[in-house]
Amino acid sequence: MNWSEFFAMGNYALYVWGSYGAAALVLIFNMLAACRRMRSVRRELQSLTRLNRAESE
Amino acid sequence: MFFHKYASPKIFYGFAGKLIPWFAGVTSILLAIGLYQGLFVAPPDYQQGESVRIMFIHVPAAWLSMFAYMVLASAGAIGLIWNMRLAEMAATAAAPIGASFTLLALVTGSLWGKPMWGTWWAWDARLTSELLLFFLYIGFMALQAAIDDPKRAARAGALLALVGVVNIPVIHFSVQWWNTLHQPASLSTINKIGAPAIHPSLLIPLLIMALAFTLFFVTLLLVRLRAEILHRERYTGWVTELVKP
Repeated sequence: MNWSEFFAMGNYALYVWGSYGAAALVLIFNMLAACRRMRSVRRELQSLTRLNRAESE
Repeated sequence: MFFHKYASPKIFYGFAGKLIPWFAGVTSILLAIGLYQGLFVAPPDYQQGESVRIMFIHVPAAWLSMFAYMVLASAGAIGLIWNMRLAEMAATAAAPIGASFTLLALVTGSLWGKPMWGTWWAWDARLTSELLLFFLYIGFMALQAAIDDPKRAARAGALLALVGVVNIPVIHFSVQWWNTLHQPASLSTINKIGAPAIHPSLLIPLLIMALAFTLFFVTLLLVRLRAEILHRERYTGWVTELVKP
C-alpha cells in the first residue's frame, strides 16, 4: 500500500477524512472550551478577591 | 460512607486535579492505538470498502452521546434526590461535552450515509431520535443559562434531563422497533455460531476507540467540573484562600 492509495481511501476520501477531521475538531474544541471556561472562572475569582480587598481597606 | 468525603466539592477539587493527568495520558495512548488500528490494520469491508473506517468514529461518538446523557441525567437525579451539590455541578459540566459528541455522531452519520445510502439525511427513527438527543442537550444548557439562581437552575435542568431519558431506549431500539434505513446493532447482535456479528479485525479497533472516547469524556468532565466547583463555591473560604496571590 502506498500513501496516495491510503489518502484516496478507495474513492471515499471525502467521507472518511471528513469524519476523522470532524472528530479532530470536536476533540480540539472540547479541550479549548474546557480550558477557556477554567480561565474565565479564575478571572472571575481574581476580580472577586480584588473587590474584597478594596472593601476591607 | 467513603464517598461522602469525595462528594465534598473542596476535597473533590484536589482529587480530580490529581486524576486528570492520568486520564489524559491513558486517553492519548488509547487514541493513538485506536487510530493506528482503525486506519492501518483493520481491513476494508467486503461491501462498504474503505468507507467502513467511518465506523471507528461514528459508533464511539454515538455511544458516547448516550453515555454522557446517562451520566448527566443520573447526576441530575442524585442532585435532586440527595441535594448533592457536586452532582448538580457534574450534570452542568457533562452537557457541552455530550452535545458536541452528539453533533459528531450526526455529522459522521451523514458522511457515511451519503456514499452508502445515497442520502445525507433521512427522517428515519434512529436519525430523528439522535437529533432529538442533540436538542435535549441544547435545551438543558439553554434552560440552565436562563436561570440565575444555581439551585433552581440545577433542579430545572435535572427535571428536563430526566424526562429526556425516555429517548435513550428509543435511540437504542429504534433499529429493531421500526423498519429503518440504519443498519442494526453490530455489537449486541449475535450470529449463528454465537459470536458477535462483527469480525474481530473490525471489533477490536472499534472497542479501543469507544474506550478512548469514553476516557476523553471523563477527562474533560473532570476539568469542567473543577471549573464549575470554583465558580459555584466562589464565596467560600477555601476558594478565596486558593486564589490568594
